[in-house]
Amino acid sequence: MTEILRNAVEVHGIVKHYGETKALDGVDLTVREGTVLGLLGPNGAGKTTLVRVLSTLIKPDAGTAFVGGYDVLRQPKQLRRTIGLTGQYASVDELLSGYENLYLIGRLLDLSSREAKARAAELLERFSLTEAAKRPAKGYSGGMRRRLDLAASMIGRPKVLYLDEPTTGLDPRTRNEVWDEVQRMVGEGSTVLLTTQYMEEAEQLADELTVIDKGRVIANGGIQELKTQVGGQSLQVRPLRPEELPEMARCLHEAGIPATFSEESGLLSVHLTDEGQLTTVIGALGTRGFGIAGIDTKLPSLDEVFLTITGKSSVPAPSREKEAVA
Amino acid sequence: MSAATVTAAPALPADDTRIGLRANLRHLGALTRRNLMRIKADPESMLDALLVPVIMIVLFVYVFGGAMASNQHEYMQYMVPGLLGTTGLNLAMALGTGLNTDFQTGVMDRFRTLPIGRSAVLLSKMIAETLRAVVAFVVLIGFAMILGLDIKGGPLNLLAAVGLSLVFGASLMWVSMLLGMSLRSAQAVQGMSMLVMMPLQFGSSIFANPSTMPGWLRAFTKHNPLSALADACRALINGTPVGGSVVTVLVWAAGITVVTAPLAVARFRKRT
Ligand SMILES: Nc1ncnc2c1ncn2[C@@H]1O[C@H](COP(=O)(O)OP(=O)(O)O)[C@@H](O)[C@H]1O
Ligand SMILES: [Mg+2]
Repeated sequence: MTEILRNAVEVHGIVKHYGETKALDGVDLTVREGTVLGLLGPNGAGKTTLVRVLSTLIKPDAGTAFVGGYDVLRQPKQLRRTIGLTGQYASVDELLSGYENLYLIGRLLDLSSREAKARAAELLERFSLTEAAKRPAKGYSGGMRRRLDLAASMIGRPKVLYLDEPTTGLDPRTRNEVWDEVQRMVGEGSTVLLTTQYMEEAEQLADELTVIDKGRVIANGGIQELKTQVGGQSLQVRPLRPEELPEMARCLHEAGIPATFSEESGLLSVHLTDEGQLTTVIGALGTRGFGIAGIDTKLPSLDEVFLTITGKSSVPAPSREKEAVA
Repeated sequence: MSAATVTAAPALPADDTRIGLRANLRHLGALTRRNLMRIKADPESMLDALLVPVIMIVLFVYVFGGAMASNQHEYMQYMVPGLLGTTGLNLAMALGTGLNTDFQTGVMDRFRTLPIGRSAVLLSKMIAETLRAVVAFVVLIGFAMILGLDIKGGPLNLLAAVGLSLVFGASLMWVSMLLGMSLRSAQAVQGMSMLVMMPLQFGSSIFANPSTMPGWLRAFTKHNPLSALADACRALINGTPVGGSVVTVLVWAAGITVVTAPLAVARFRKRT
């Protein structure tokens, strides 16, 4: 039996060079209709460049890409009807009010005046901007601009939504609002391509992950799949005295074992790649006199997966996990 | 189990669907409204365009007027029509700063992800700037008339002067556009425009009769298109013979447009 899967986004061998910089060096990826693909990668990996290619903002040097069945190069206008983009940097008209920004886009998307008004009001409400609706966007905070930009990308109920680091720099409450809204869009049938540096965000929203680095795909698959692929186990240590977490992480770092900790969960986690390491960890902590209340092992967290695949650490979500620094 | 993926485009022509006339007009309307709202939200930009000529009129007519001509009224009839002629082009420069801002703030990127014609973005700016210039004309002419300017040539000649100023200003919109897309910031565009405009304005027949100028300056003034524009507007408003000045202005406008419009459009297409 052949099963027909529709791909909302298909990218084949996309190349984009800026002089010597290989921003994209032959990227392939697919996003199935109605799912969320998390595009993970460190700064400069090529995430924004790929999103811009898929939004018809820049032309690739080589390769082909289809969005909603439309060719990025040959059918840009049709393609634009199916997409919504929230770029890495907000693109709002500072002199116009939030409401006027959204109304304008509604009109440009061929909504009638009444529809455009209603849609603008609806999205302002959803992103808690109703109160600020009539004020010029110039006076908005960073988070408010970001929300307005997200609302702008959703006006036309796009089939495919690109979100380029949508929650970078947002406070936790706003971030949750954005996550809810993304999940709602997916619930209504949208497909989402989400770039992020936050593992927590990818775990929360993405069905599948593609990890890129230096313009190349270095891993992809389901979250569980990636975790098993990387192999090993994650050791969770619960200290007797949680205030010692940073010191414990530093101690392990000195012993040559990278560790991360989360003050929120009160856990120290270590990615174990061989059995001998467990003894080393406990030994190192014991020798220094740190008290251990409990230990547990599980599949590695995405943070650890990321660290292992790229050799670089991801950026911890603000005020959540802090990476231990030696 | 094997999985096949659907990659073919739906049954639609490979070439892009064209945007219909009505949709284009609707986009143009929405974008023009946006540009007008921007002017309203930033009244200072309008004030700049009005305040400078108002100050110049007061300064030149009342401070230097007596020295420049036998009396203030006579000097006003000489200078103010020429100054009015430059209103159209002062405002053309706002096109470049506006365009620059749209590129810098990412608003242009947003427009480029929408299914609209890129020409609508440009055209809407030109319409808004023209409307702005018309408002400036009304205010300045009203102000000058209150101070005692006589429109001796009658309302039709006045309209012709305004029209000529706008036509010349329109040809400079392309230059402004090029500046707006080449320079880094809106401030740089504004500064550059001022730098070009100042010597052109003062080295022209707007403020003083070129026959009173030293030889080298007279040669510059004679070939300065702003002199022709000032002469034409002066003749029209005072109801005296225009001579070749109107044709000279039109030839300049056509020449500037023929040279700069294709460059500006090509650059705009490349960046959008
Ligand atoms: N317009 C450009 N000109 C030159 N280099 C660029 C340009 N855009 C991106 N790059 C380079 O391409 C690489 C990928 O950038 P980007 O796609 O922004 O990465 P990411 O979004 O993953 O942080 C970086 O090295 C960046 O410096
Ligand atoms: Mg980026």
